[in-house]
Amino acid sequence: MTSLLEVSGVSVSFDGFKAINNLSFAIGDTELRAIIGPNGAGKTTFMDIVTGRTRPDKGRVLWGEANISLLGLSEARIAREGIGRKFQKPTVFEDQTVLENLLLALRNARGPFQVLFYRPTLEDLDRVQGLAGEIGLTGALDRKSGELSHGQKQWLEIGMLLAQEPRLLLVDEPAAGMTPAEREHTTALLVEAAKSRAVVVIEHDMDFVRRLGCKVTVLHEGAVLAEGSLDHVTANRKVIDVYLGR
Amino acid sequence: MSRSMFARNPSVLVFLAILGLFTLGVTLMSEWAGSEIVSTSFVKTLGKTLCLALVAVAMDLVWGYAGILSLGHFAFFGLGGYMIGMWLMYERTHGIVASSLAEATIPPTESEIAGAIGNQIFGVVGSSEFPAIWAFADSLALQLLFVVLVPGLFAFVFGWLAFRSRVTGVYLSILTQAMTLALALYLFQNDSGLRGNNGLSGLQNLPGLDHVPQSSISIWFFWASAGALALGYAFSAWIVSGKFGSVIRGIRDNESRVRFLGYPVEAYKLFVFTVTAMIAGIAGALYYPQAGIINPAEVAPIASIYLAVWVAIGGRGRLYGAVIGAAFVSLVSSWFTGGQAPDVNLGFYTIRWVDWWLVLLGLSFVAVTLLAPKGIGGLLDHWTGRLAPDRHGADLGPDSGSLREAEAEQ
Repeated sequence: MTSLLEVSGVSVSFDGFKAINNLSFAIGDTELRAIIGPNGAGKTTFMDIVTGRTRPDKGRVLWGEANISLLGLSEARIAREGIGRKFQKPTVFEDQTVLENLLLALRNARGPFQVLFYRPTLEDLDRVQGLAGEIGLTGALDRKSGELSHGQKQWLEIGMLLAQEPRLLLVDEPAAGMTPAEREHTTALLVEAAKSRAVVVIEHDMDFVRRLGCKVTVLHEGAVLAEGSLDHVTANRKVIDVYLGR
Repeated sequence: MSRSMFARNPSVLVFLAILGLFTLGVTLMSEWAGSEIVSTSFVKTLGKTLCLALVAVAMDLVWGYAGILSLGHFAFFGLGGYMIGMWLMYERTHGIVASSLAEATIPPTESEIAGAIGNQIFGVVGSSEFPAIWAFADSLALQLLFVVLVPGLFAFVFGWLAFRSRVTGVYLSILTQAMTLALALYLFQNDSGLRGNNGLSGLQNLPGLDHVPQSSISIWFFWASAGALALGYAFSAWIVSGKFGSVIRGIRDNESRVRFLGYPVEAYKLFVFTVTAMIAGIAGALYYPQAGIINPAEVAPIASIYLAVWVAIGGRGRLYGAVIGAAFVSLVSSWFTGGQAPDVNLGFYTIRWVDWWLVLLGLSFVAVTLLAPKGIGGLLDHWTGRLAPDRHGADLGPDSGSLREAEAEQ
């Protein structure tokens, strides 16, 4: 299997604290992967490194068929390369309508001059309608996104990520603060998304991970502790000690 | 979404209509039209106010929409004024010198005329040489180009350095204050080439138009200022109406999220910063011929802070708010500081508004910030019914739907 993203031997420390310690990780073209681990295991720092927010002290991060290095690229450039990221807290532009939010995310030219003369085409509007249907916000397109409920904001953000048409989706705790019904919908969205792209989900909730039914990577103290199916890793002695046993 | 910009922003048409009516009204009541209702000096005041409204629109674009609290936009305003002032002063002095030397028995050479002009303009700072920056002062076309290019280039270089290093928030504001202070201090020097603290003067006299009375010139500048404000307003409205406006408002509200969507945030900030500096330059180039004089005190740091106060009082994040704020505060300010406001005699103390106006302005700034964060422009929301629901408390999360703390308790 050729991998889409390959992280190898990456380390980063903050004021002497090793947040990521010789971490290696790879994910294929169309794969769903869950990352679990106790607090402080380096899950979010890992995402920061891949998306260009944090520079690692050493190691390599290679991307795509051409194996270009993501280190040294700006966040915006990495996003344009095809890596989308969803933050733990829903971050949508609350002052703008759902439609504006989705149009903003839609995969189109990103330069200031192109954007200045951009007018949405019928195709773009169709695409927005389609996405709004997927995330259950068809009736809310003209509403300010700040008026949406917490769960709806989460979905809007997932919708914005899908609109970006990334090849790799990094999702940080998507189900946090959702009702059981909303969780199921989110699971379905992510499983569906993973059919055409790679999806990495960081999650605390074991039931949610079980429902995703995918390969799991357990992080601990900035390194991979175990990898495999959920049943496989939960049977692992070390995993039980550091994470599940608590 | 396919509707035109005006259909989506009816306020632009309303604004342009009001501005047109205002211009027509003032024109008909001016001395130029043979009426005595509006004096020539008041026409100038109104014309200057329109220029201030234009620079306030630029400030609203950069602060209210893009969230960059620039406290240096008056530097660009002043630079625009200096650029046009150089031509006005050179050309007018040229006319005077040439006509006085023409009476001599031996016709003067080109270099004699140039020397005499230099002596006239720079004698006050003890020099008669033309500094290099005056090289194109004899060309109106070039100096008009510089009105836009010099502030634009200055803003571009400054913004490129600042945004590239990701300087944001209050640090950026301090940096812009330092920029305008540095510019003012530089201009104060006699060898800066712009006549030090004397500044450029006599700008109200247009070269070659000595026979035209000020009542006509003032109304021309009034029209030009109104036209520039109309164009600047429509242009700004066009910028913020589409997806570009969406992006810069996104940058204002959550910069890193916009970055993770793949937008080069720095390029957008630089674009807005530079374009607004150019608008400010145009506003300054129309303002100072009406004021008659420009000196380095005009670009002092406090001027840019006033600009932010106008926009805050008028209501940022809406273009008409900036216009209302600039017009209202600057007109009220000239009323108070012009000695027209009656003193208040408290028996033990007499409040003289010339001294107390700044205190009043400061208090109203605090009051607006606390009581009406949307400014005067926000009052229009009551009228158009665009009120946001009065929601308070934090998001409760999923279980109570979209209710918030306080609402859920009720």
